[in-house]
Amino acid sequence: MAVDSLTSVDESQLVAQSREGDTTAFNELVRRYERKIFRLAQHITQNREDAEDVLQETFLKAYEHLDQFKGDAKFYTWIVRIAVNQALMKLRRRKTDRTVSIDETIDTGEDTVTREIAAWDEDPEQRFSRDELGGILDDAVQSLEPLYRSVFVLRDIEELSTEETAEALGLSIPAVKSRLLRARLQLREKLTRFFKRKGDDAFAYM
Amino acid sequence: MLTCKDFLNELSDYLDETIDAESRAKLETHITECPNCWVIADTTRKTIKIYKGMEPMTIPADVEGRLMRALEKKMAAKKA
Repeated sequence: MAVDSLTSVDESQLVAQSREGDTTAFNELVRRYERKIFRLAQHITQNREDAEDVLQETFLKAYEHLDQFKGDAKFYTWIVRIAVNQALMKLRRRKTDRTVSIDETIDTGEDTVTREIAAWDEDPEQRFSRDELGGILDDAVQSLEPLYRSVFVLRDIEELSTEETAEALGLSIPAVKSRLLRARLQLREKLTRFFKRKGDDAFAYM
Repeated sequence: MLTCKDFLNELSDYLDETIDAESRAKLETHITECPNCWVIADTTRKTIKIYKGMEPMTIPADVEGRLMRALEKKMAAKKA
């Protein structure tokens, strides 16, 4: 079957065909999700080489263990879980000098990040070119602690539900929620530098 | 009376629209009275929106090539 004719085929159908050994169907699944998996891997590992490994390992494992995919979740959620596990393993291996734990307790105390308070324009991102914007957004995500970063990437970039994120990261739902809030507030703070309305500095009075 | 700290704790659920109507009403009353919390809520909402709108970049051709070759090898091995 020509690849083009598969672009409109339903995901569960592709999974079923792949299970029966249809490699073209599996390649179509790869084509649909490889960019998202690569992005996720880059965000979590912060390293291009590791991200490439994670990308490969994810789809090789998915192909190998396709019979274990139950079909009660979405295929995408299933491969995200594989990718997250691979990425976190890389992260731990690379940072042997420093323990990286996504289970670390978070102090939700007084330092909740709200130092810079300035209004933004509507659609402030339009002041930047696509590349500039990509750089700003990536740098901001990169500056987050891994434990916040993983939650933010899954919830707000890959758009998994709170439950799916909790499952993928092996965290409780309250832990996902508190980490997400912190991550969002920290990013908001970082992006304010770029996106605040011009001449509005006087408003940052807190 | 809702404090700013209470408001911030509920902010994610408020923006994700996963809170009940009663809590929502309290939060909305708070932001009409507190300009700082209004700005924080508005800019956090925009932060989320900007990230959600991000398109994943194309995979570099060499990375894609290596992925496809690794897969082909795997597929051939599984068939054998």
